[in-house]
Amino acid sequence: MIKLLALRELRALFSAPSTWFMLAALQFIFAWFFLARLDAYLELQPQLAQMANAPGATASIAAPVFNVIALLLMMLIPMFTMRAIAEERRNQTLPLLLASPLSSTQIVLGKFCGLMLFLMVLMVSTPLMIYSLQLGTPLDHGLLWSNVLGLLLLSACYCALGLYMSSLTNQPIIAAISALAVLVGLWLADVSSKADSPWHLFSPLFHFQNFNFGLLDSADAVYFLSFSSVFLLLAIRRLNNNRVYG
Amino acid sequence: MSNATPDVTLLASKLTRSFGKQTVIHDVSLQLKRGEVLGLLGHNGAGKSTTMQMLTGCLAPDSGTIAICGINLLRQPALAKAHIGYLPETPPLYKDMTVSDYLCFAARLHGLKATAVAAALDLALQRCGLNDKRNKLIGTLSKGYQQRVGIAQAIIHQPSVIILDEPTVGLDPTQIREIRTLIRELGNQHSVILSTHLLSEVESICDRVEIMQNGKLIYGDTSARMQRYGQVSGFAVSLRNPPALSVLQGITGVTRVEQMTTHEFRVLHTQEHNPSAELLTLAAQHEWHLEQLTPLQTRLEDVYVSITDAETRHAEVSK
Repeated sequence: MIKLLALRELRALFSAPSTWFMLAALQFIFAWFFLARLDAYLELQPQLAQMANAPGATASIAAPVFNVIALLLMMLIPMFTMRAIAEERRNQTLPLLLASPLSSTQIVLGKFCGLMLFLMVLMVSTPLMIYSLQLGTPLDHGLLWSNVLGLLLLSACYCALGLYMSSLTNQPIIAAISALAVLVGLWLADVSSKADSPWHLFSPLFHFQNFNFGLLDSADAVYFLSFSSVFLLLAIRRLNNNRVYG
Repeated sequence: MSNATPDVTLLASKLTRSFGKQTVIHDVSLQLKRGEVLGLLGHNGAGKSTTMQMLTGCLAPDSGTIAICGINLLRQPALAKAHIGYLPETPPLYKDMTVSDYLCFAARLHGLKATAVAAALDLALQRCGLNDKRNKLIGTLSKGYQQRVGIAQAIIHQPSVIILDEPTVGLDPTQIREIRTLIRELGNQHSVILSTHLLSEVESICDRVEIMQNGKLIYGDTSARMQRYGQVSGFAVSLRNPPALSVLQGITGVTRVEQMTTHEFRVLHTQEHNPSAELLTLAAQHEWHLEQLTPLQTRLEDVYVSITDAETRHAEVSK
């Protein structure tokens, strides 16, 4: 059932022309940034060669690319999640799901899985681009995969938050703006506070930094998982309240 | 569905629901048997849609129980809902899907096995007359066809209980007739509840009627018996050369005669004794020049109005 709903969500995303446009534009941006980093790396290479223990290709190309993608996703994921529940409500298609033998949990998880599948499609090109470097240089697979894992966990957080915001309203735009506001708020709290401030701990991007450096910290993983599950639970609760309060 | 399924497909008892401080549904109980079409009748805002939302599990009642085929809807929603097909007021259509894709999705959503979907899809398309539209995008279809897709969505998984909220709203007369035939057909195998404010709909397709007003069920009976509600026996007669009123009153069985115009009279009589034959002979003998004799018929509309009016008066008196 969750799979059925996930596939339907994926279809809905791909049936909108704007999705294809966004996908194309993002692939272009990712590739552009990757090439820019590659260029910079090639220019610096003579100097790097003289350094002892110089950063490798993965650290100087892959890590910054992933960092930029993480920041871009913060602004883009609300655009993809905004329609998930809000549009069903606006088009009055929600009764189809509510009257079907699905529980609210299944509905929310179905939508969440569909969105995550879509984001994987969106991001799959990045590790492929980086793997193309293997033609000329050895890669640090550990660093690369810790980045990929971090990015997946990070987008799960964004997705869960976006889904919750979408469950609160029947206007997709309002869902997108409020999700964006929360994410940017958390990010600003992170970048503008002092080094030892507790505000850092609230920001998903801050927790992503460790993954970005290739550091797998269970505390970060726990943060990501609990952030996502809290907002998924809130979304499920909201959908349940739909039955209770009408 | 197998013969083992119980005969009573839907049993709702003492449903109550309020929004904020306003109680919109008071103590509503409904029962539905297999092969029955129940019409839920009422003014706008009488609580028909809210009742239907509760019966389908879209809205939780404040109190009361609902059993679908013997399964408690509130305790085991997933099991019970597999037996329900629901068409809300606005058909829940994904406009970006084709008709057959959408119906397959709806079938799978209601727990139909992937192998059974193709056959169910063909049957539903054929029943709703959508065969030549199967590959069209739903968004491009006309309102009438969209309504049919909505109905197809509600029947594709062969549910025991079909709940249709104003299924013929916004359709043209031919479409209305087609949909009514379809509903009548469905009613032979499944149980159907439909809400409507069109009395002709009730007359033509419903076995039973429940009238709802201000969130209460105020009248429930078979639709044939409802038509006899408050019926008077009598006829209207027009005579070109009428006798005195007392002469008409003197005919055996006549209880009252009212003069409508100079030539037209309304003759009320007892149920046991119909004086029309005697009146005809008398008219021929005395050259009253009888032109017309029509039995008084109560239309469902009048019945409905008299039932709802009686209820309103009753409510005012008790206040």
